[in-house]
Amino acid sequence: MHQTPLDAQHRALGARMIPFAGWEMPVQYAGIVQEHQAVRTAAGLFDLSHMGELWIRGPGAAAALDAALVTAPSRLKDGRAHYSMICAPDGSVMDDLIVYRTAAEEFLVVANASNREVVAAALAERLAGHDATLDDASLRTALIAIQGPRAVELLQAHTDIDLSPLKYYSIAAGQVCKRAALIARTGYTGEDGFEVYLAWDDAARIWNHLLEEGKAAGLVPAGLGARDTLRLEAGMPLYGQELDRETTPFEAGLGRVVKFDKDGDFVGRAALEAVKDAPAKVLVGLRLTGRGIARTGYPVYLPAAAEAVGRVTSGTASPTLGHPIAMAFVPAELAAPDTALEVGIRADRVPAVVIPMPFYRRPT
Amino acid sequence: MAYPDDCKYSDEHEWIRVEDGVATIGITAYAAEQVGDIVFVEVPAVGTTLTATQPFGVIESVKAVSELFAPASGKVVEMNGALADAPETVAEDPHGAGWLVKIALSDPSELDRLKDAAAYQAMIDAA
Repeated sequence: MHQTPLDAQHRALGARMIPFAGWEMPVQYAGIVQEHQAVRTAAGLFDLSHMGELWIRGPGAAAALDAALVTAPSRLKDGRAHYSMICAPDGSVMDDLIVYRTAAEEFLVVANASNREVVAAALAERLAGHDATLDDASLRTALIAIQGPRAVELLQAHTDIDLSPLKYYSIAAGQVCKRAALIARTGYTGEDGFEVYLAWDDAARIWNHLLEEGKAAGLVPAGLGARDTLRLEAGMPLYGQELDRETTPFEAGLGRVVKFDKDGDFVGRAALEAVKDAPAKVLVGLRLTGRGIARTGYPVYLPAAAEAVGRVTSGTASPTLGHPIAMAFVPAELAAPDTALEVGIRADRVPAVVIPMPFYRRPT
Repeated sequence: MAYPDDCKYSDEHEWIRVEDGVATIGITAYAAEQVGDIVFVEVPAVGTTLTATQPFGVIESVKAVSELFAPASGKVVEMNGALADAPETVAEDPHGAGWLVKIALSDPSELDRLKDAAAYQAMIDAA
């Protein structure tokens, strides 16, 4: 089991630690709802050092990634990023990724911890024949996210980078607490915020400093539990739940990410072109109108019908909205908003209605 | 906290207290803390028969669903109706207002198999 460079910090903060994708990670400190609300109203600090950081470098890096992923990283300007996926030849999703272009011939691909090795192996294979190299920096790179409406002011106090012009899905190199860092304006919470890539050994000092200095402004440490409820409210997929090797980007409602108009072939192109207009299932948002919480794997029914037509992928009691929400796969003809469905919760059928996602959008 | 001496405790972290032949059942402060933010409690209706060690209801937190296990057998004579609108009471006052159900015991000798407060404390200290 891997430990992040902040393991001692989590334990000192009283975190409950759980095994997650081969790492010992904090699932909560003070409590999921409290941490969730702090991120929505002030700011939360997350240890994401378990994520995979893969560097692709070389004159052929851009072309290699265009052929390896469903997006076109060659179109990114230096310092910009986009959400991407790596698919298998059958069009199913091997992982969802953030791709940052840090220089003309240098890209940072960030993978889920659970898929780091799969993605690294697939990229190594797909880079063959291109003038590009792969460097898996995951075990020497720490990642701290600061997320929430007060994230800008809290981080600005500790960095030489001017954060206000840094756009959403951009990345800049500079210093945080006088240590080299890459600061990206990205996140997985539905709030404004930053993800800060650091050297492994710098993480503890910076975590302590940010937390201590930010406490008065409402900054709290936030665990994987709050990360999950935050991303669910924001309608963001989680690999292993909404995305897997049985699911294409089109089924997950992420067809817009796939760039068929780019030059050349990419892994999964033919399979995805064949299914893009007729997905076998569609990911929808559900609001439960009865009592109970839909959890991963629970069956979805048409009212009063015996046979399940779908299944829940994620669900919780939404801390922000105050009612139960879920994501589920259903047949395309049942995906329209206001469609009445039922979720099987133990012995009961609980009424639910299809609603548009995201469930939560931050006030602008 | 000190666990009340007038209760018995199950390995599944339920407490049971007998008064005038009626047993009140709840979850322990330890269990409530482990479950986290409680958002929904489902307990059986009056008249339902519980069987010792078998699941009889669930507690849902934001993160997960946890089963409740009956510490003893018997018929439900009262359920804590206040929990429908205020499930967080279970976390706030697990040994008091956050009780779950009251049952008429079918076999009071089952209580002998449960732990007293000191033994229960020792178990969670070792956890």
